[in-house]
Amino acid sequence: MNFRELSVLRADLAFIAHWVTEGVHVLDLGCGDGVMLDYLQSDKKCVGYGIEIDDDKIPACIERGVSVIQQDLEGGLAIFADNAFDTVLCLSALQMMKNVEGILRDIARVGREAIVSFPNFAYWPHRIALLRGRMPVSKSLPYEWYDTPNLRCATIKDFEELANEVGLEVLECVALDEDGKPVSFLPNWRGSLAVFRLRKK
Amino acid sequence: MQFSAPLPLQSGASIAGYTLVYETYGTLNADHSNAVLVCHALNASHHVAGVYIEPDGSKNVGWWDNMVGPGKPLDTDQFFVIGVNNLGSCFGSTGPMHVNPATGRPYGVGFPVVTVEDWVHAQARLADALGIRQFAAVMGGSLGGMQAIAWSMLYPDRIRHCIAVASTPKLSAQNIAFNDVARQAILTDPDYHGGDYYAHGVVPRRGLRLARMVGHITYLSDDDMAEKFGRELRSGEYQFGYGVEFEIESYLRYQGDKFSEYFDANTYLLITKALDYFDPARKHGGDLTKALADTRAEFLLVSFTTDWRFAPERSREFVQALVNNKRRVTYAEIDAPHGHDAFLLEDPRYMGVIRSYFDKLRKQIESGELRPKAAA
Repeated sequence: MNFRELSVLRADLAFIAHWVTEGVHVLDLGCGDGVMLDYLQSDKKCVGYGIEIDDDKIPACIERGVSVIQQDLEGGLAIFADNAFDTVLCLSALQMMKNVEGILRDIARVGREAIVSFPNFAYWPHRIALLRGRMPVSKSLPYEWYDTPNLRCATIKDFEELANEVGLEVLECVALDEDGKPVSFLPNWRGSLAVFRLRKK
Repeated sequence: MQFSAPLPLQSGASIAGYTLVYETYGTLNADHSNAVLVCHALNASHHVAGVYIEPDGSKNVGWWDNMVGPGKPLDTDQFFVIGVNNLGSCFGSTGPMHVNPATGRPYGVGFPVVTVEDWVHAQARLADALGIRQFAAVMGGSLGGMQAIAWSMLYPDRIRHCIAVASTPKLSAQNIAFNDVARQAILTDPDYHGGDYYAHGVVPRRGLRLARMVGHITYLSDDDMAEKFGRELRSGEYQFGYGVEFEIESYLRYQGDKFSEYFDANTYLLITKALDYFDPARKHGGDLTKALADTRAEFLLVSFTTDWRFAPERSREFVQALVNNKRRVTYAEIDAPHGHDAFLLEDPRYMGVIRSYFDKLRKQIESGELRPKAAA
């Protein structure tokens, strides 16, 4: 898979891919159909593993040539040694987890750097929905309150605090709009997806 | 196929001349890059796929016919598949019921104890004879998976993909305990005659039957048994006796009876020992990571959540050791209700994983990636 194909499929991942150094050892938590690892392997010469729980996604990973390990992230990353990876990705997966703090500590343990993304709850349409007295439904939070897999609602400011607490230093934080383009003016208002580049402290 | 050169065995013994019975499916391609070896488990054979019509008109369906065949997950229109009956088995390859050329009498209990590693060496000789330098994949379930794992360690440059389903890098104390109960059932049957029952014209049927019954319990999950049999009574009422009352009793006895009619008792003893002895980490101080250090294959491991015989934890340990070595590994944990037996059954998720994996291999063959390198 080349960069253009990735940009068409997932603009947010294409932006994030810039942050991954060529040839590094990567772990992708909640790798889905393996599209990110496919790109990183074929275009950036990275190697590594994806973790995914969904039965339906595993065959797609296999066909892409992604080494996928089927596992519930709530079970932790015990199969991986300390500092086993240069970069750990956790993209649009954190908000679905019960034990967010636990997985972040594990990410800090197994990786030297990490890239974490999640829907920004402080995105302005979400704020307006709440002001109107309704739970937000948007492209980045496309579910009703009663059927959402997202257990955790966080804002850019909230996450910074927790990252620090679990031993991760924020190197960079970018908010992406719904088209996957970075937002520089009022990111915590105008960004729908928060993306953090972190380093073990 | 006949082999005249003696095969040295792990025990220090050797087998002088022996026969391996095998079946092949599909066609070996021009660059010999599409060969897949399918290894059998305890009670199966070289008859992996397809159907024989027996002389009595009954159908003998290959033990992995739902997995292997034209258009199946392991597609014999694409791959050249080999099924081989292991040494010591009772389906045609040299085993305890055959005549020992040194004594002129059946080997019986004198048949040398063979290990998973010995089988793999014998399979490698068969591959040599068939002109296959390298397998695109070696695949098996349960004990068959152990053979695939052993291939990855013993012949790292002859196996490109190792596929082990419902398998384990070693048996637990509990697994060995069940095997020993089975062996004791056979060894203490008066018809066993110290392994020489062939000369007495009898079969230790009671022992075999019990061995199979206890084994069969470990192949099914508690849930599956509850679902299939529950506490159902054959007559609907308690009989206050020791006959067959509960459906589960009837089922197990039926399985035991059937098994004791076609399986050889000495073979059962041999194969359960091969299971017990398999522990490739042993010579590395129990360190599985070290044991896998020389492997070069890519791995696909599949386990089933309700398999308590070779539980998912065992596969996860194996994944961990591979990850420690930075080997390419894919692991699918299928949430299936059927226990250990699930590896032989139809499950769309399981079949989908295997199909996708072989589809990836097919592409690698087409691109020339799996072309065997010249012999060193």
